[in-house]
Amino acid sequence: MAEENTQEYWRWTESHWKNPDIRWEDAKIVTVGIDVGSVSSQAVVMTDGQLYAYSNMRTGSDSPESARNALNFGLEGTNMPESRIDYCIGTGYGRVNVPMADRSITEIACHARGAHFIYGPEVRTVLDVGGQDCKAIRCDEKGKVVNFLMNDKCAAGTGRGMEVFADLLSVPIIDVGERSFQVKEEPESVSSTCVVYAKTEATGLLRKGWQVNEVLAAYCSAMAHRIITLIERIGIEKEFAITGGLAKNRGVIERLMKEIGLEPMHTDWDTQIAGAVGAALFSYALVQKGKGRKK
Amino acid sequence: MIANYGYRDGSGDYFITIDTDKCDGCGRCVQACPGDVFQVVDEDPNDPFREEPIVIIVSDKRKKLKYECGPCKPPTNRPPLPCVKACPQDVISHSW
Amino acid sequence: MIIAGIDCGAKNTKAVVLRDNKIIGKGMILTGFDQITAIRESLHAALKDAGIDAKDVDKISGTGAGMEEIRDADVRVNEVRAMAKAANFFLPSARTVTDVGAEMGRAVKIDENGKVIDFAINEKCAAGAGAFIEAMARALEAKLEEMGPMVLESDKSIPMNAQCAIFAESEVVGLIHARTAKADISKAIHDAMASRIVSMIRRIGVNKDIVMIGGVALNPGFVDSLKRELEIDKVYIPSDPAFGAAVGAALVLAEET
Repeated sequence: MAEENTQEYWRWTESHWKNPDIRWEDAKIVTVGIDVGSVSSQAVVMTDGQLYAYSNMRTGSDSPESARNALNFGLEGTNMPESRIDYCIGTGYGRVNVPMADRSITEIACHARGAHFIYGPEVRTVLDVGGQDCKAIRCDEKGKVVNFLMNDKCAAGTGRGMEVFADLLSVPIIDVGERSFQVKEEPESVSSTCVVYAKTEATGLLRKGWQVNEVLAAYCSAMAHRIITLIERIGIEKEFAITGGLAKNRGVIERLMKEIGLEPMHTDWDTQIAGAVGAALFSYALVQKGKGRKK
Repeated sequence: MIANYGYRDGSGDYFITIDTDKCDGCGRCVQACPGDVFQVVDEDPNDPFREEPIVIIVSDKRKKLKYECGPCKPPTNRPPLPCVKACPQDVISHSW
Repeated sequence: MIIAGIDCGAKNTKAVVLRDNKIIGKGMILTGFDQITAIRESLHAALKDAGIDAKDVDKISGTGAGMEEIRDADVRVNEVRAMAKAANFFLPSARTVTDVGAEMGRAVKIDENGKVIDFAINEKCAAGAGAFIEAMARALEAKLEEMGPMVLESDKSIPMNAQCAIFAESEVVGLIHARTAKADISKAIHDAMASRIVSMIRRIGVNKDIVMIGGVALNPGFVDSLKRELEIDKVYIPSDPAFGAAVGAALVLAEET
């Protein structure tokens, strides 16, 4: 999972949280999920399937180290020794490199499970657009994956594509959404799917006298449309939830939801932890079924 | 579970779809594919509770499917795809 | 009979003048954002090169991404037909042709008369076109013309994971940080792209002799990667390969006249 850049410089708040109402010492089963994404990493600690603690931080250049840092950050202030962990699952781009994981599961399965926890059992369609990929997942009432597709080959429809445009137009990425609505009327979308060619197209538009906001609107609308046609491959069933960095880009999300004709689900949890939550829940389920064993 | 492996880029949609409910991991597709695109694994990376083996697309090939599958898809006079033909349960389908 | 062929490409607009099927003049202008001006000026340059006036031209043939903008064209020729004809003209024994330009790549199977038997096109994705190498040159902080020669200096093969020009840029930056030699990175870049082009060529069948036209044919590193990937030691490249399609367009018109 990934977060979007502010200009070319990474500025974001690493965070961790502990549940004040839980004492891990009273737990029967302690499980951990670690999600090492290409850009951000999260660790989630669950006690008997309850969310006890989590961390959210930047992925470094080394996946095992990022996993270690995320776990340490999550356990900080808990006094829980790592040995107390009954089972740990790694997920995300770096999932095969999580040294303390007993097993790895794809971010597809973990996201569905995590979204089910974070958003509730009514969720049926999950869209996750991160820095370098785009996933669409259909799940059932238990959070089990029923249908999925993921694109991590092409930058169009990923956070990186949007970053490239923000850079081209010298607009801080956090302002893209807002500014894309400051237009007299909604312009035609950028027609090139390929980000490299879309950049050339955008430069041509600027030369023709288009305002920066209009070009932003044209690209946000193109991106929303690309994403929709991709999700349509697996079908859209409500309720619909969005996770990953793109959830914060109004410019794309509002256009996307308008075209789909649905309201996205709301949560108070940090949507970036969805993958790690799913991994921790899978750990719990495996231990309960007698399939978990300590490494 | 319907697993769609592949991608969309500027030039089109290139997805191989596996219907995991129908797959029993027999491996005939692995034998039939000249490009080593398929692999049967014991643990489904997308479904930790699945008991039977399952076919997946080899991860190194996933982002190059258009190219890996190229030899089986000439522009004209395309014969039936070996993987689809080999599967007795209709597990595999291609989007292009 | 004097015929002009104009290929309005994504990056460059090329014009050639043929007299009785012999090339007598060539001109190339950056297309930029003004195709009409580029078309006019490239033809003007070709005429000047040929030492003739516009009124001496009997007919004009147009091709390329911007062919609709060639207002004076008597005929517009499909690029696949143009490249087939051009290859046959340059080398009568040609049976497989590839044209790789700034924003597209194509492969065509032809017969002994330059007729199209089968073809495959890679369009709308920068990873399969010259734009890929241009983007990587920026990431490597090298001039485009330096990229090719670097390939020939490398003896290491590093695979590239990214199949997208945008993601490849980040991968290149990562390789630079890991202190990988620029020559080795350049080779990885060219090999990755050649692998995509060759995959396309294999779809129509690799039959000798193989001709390559289009601007990317001027890149010695790419040609080297292409030959290695195809596992052959000879690929025929005419002089001024960028003008290939323009020549082909003129020849198609000449044949029909």
